[in-house]
Amino acid sequence: MKLLYFAHLRTKIGTAEEQLDLPPGIGDVAALLEFLKGRGPKFADALGNRKAVRVAVNQTYVGWDHPLKPGDEVAIFPPVTGG
Amino acid sequence: MIRVQPEDFDVGAEIEALTRGKTGIGGVASFVGLMRDVAGDKSISAMTLEHYPGMTERELERIEAEAQRRWPLIASLVIHRYGRMLPGDRIVLVATASAHRAAAFESCEFLMDYLKTKAPFWKQEETPEGARWVAADASDDAAASRWTKE
Repeated sequence: MKLLYFAHLRTKIGTAEEQLDLPPGIGDVAALLEFLKGRGPKFADALGNRKAVRVAVNQTYVGWDHPLKPGDEVAIFPPVTGG
Repeated sequence: MIRVQPEDFDVGAEIEALTRGKTGIGGVASFVGLMRDVAGDKSISAMTLEHYPGMTERELERIEAEAQRRWPLIASLVIHRYGRMLPGDRIVLVATASAHRAAAFESCEFLMDYLKTKAPFWKQEETPEGARWVAADASDDAAASRWTKE
C-alpha cells in the first residue's frame, strides 16, 4: 500500500510518502497506526495523540475500524486548517 | 464548480463568469478569505498552504454537491489556492447564486464552514521565530457542527 503523510506529521516523520507491504495481522486503520507508532520515536511522536490524527483511505475520510487491503492509498494527516 | 490552483483569482471576473446568461439568478453571495499579517500576538510575514492533490478536489466537490442538495442554487463556485502567500493575498473564494438571497447567504456560509473542517489543506506560517504549522481551531468545528443540528 501507499502511505502519505502531510503537514506537521510529514515534517515530524521526515517523509512524505512510502510504500508498505501490509504486515500480517494488520487489518484496519487502528492496527496500522499502532504498527507505525512502534517503528520508532519519530512515528510515536507524530501519531501518539489519536485526536490529532485524521486518516483517509483512497482519498476518503475513514474511521479507526476501516478495513485495509493491499493497494490502498492511506493518507495520515493532522486536522485541516485551510480556508 | 471547483478549482484548486496556485494562482490568484479576480473576484469580479469570477462572479461575472459564474452568473453570465443565468438570468434566473436574483442574488450572489460571496466570501473571500485573505491572508492576515498577524495570528494572536505573532506577526506573520508569509504563509504556505499544503494540500492533498486529488482528495482536495474530491472533498470540495462533495461539499459543493451537499450545498446544492440543501439549497436551490443556480450556480456555485469554490476556488482555493495553495502554495506560498503574502499578507493581503486572496486565499479562497466561495460564491453561491440563487433566485433569492437566503439560499445564497446560507449556502455560502455552509460551504466555508465545511471547507475549513474537511478540505485537506494545511497552513504553515512564517513568524519571526521561524515556520510553524497552524493548529486546528475548535471554533471551526463548532461552526461546521451547527449545520448538522435539526
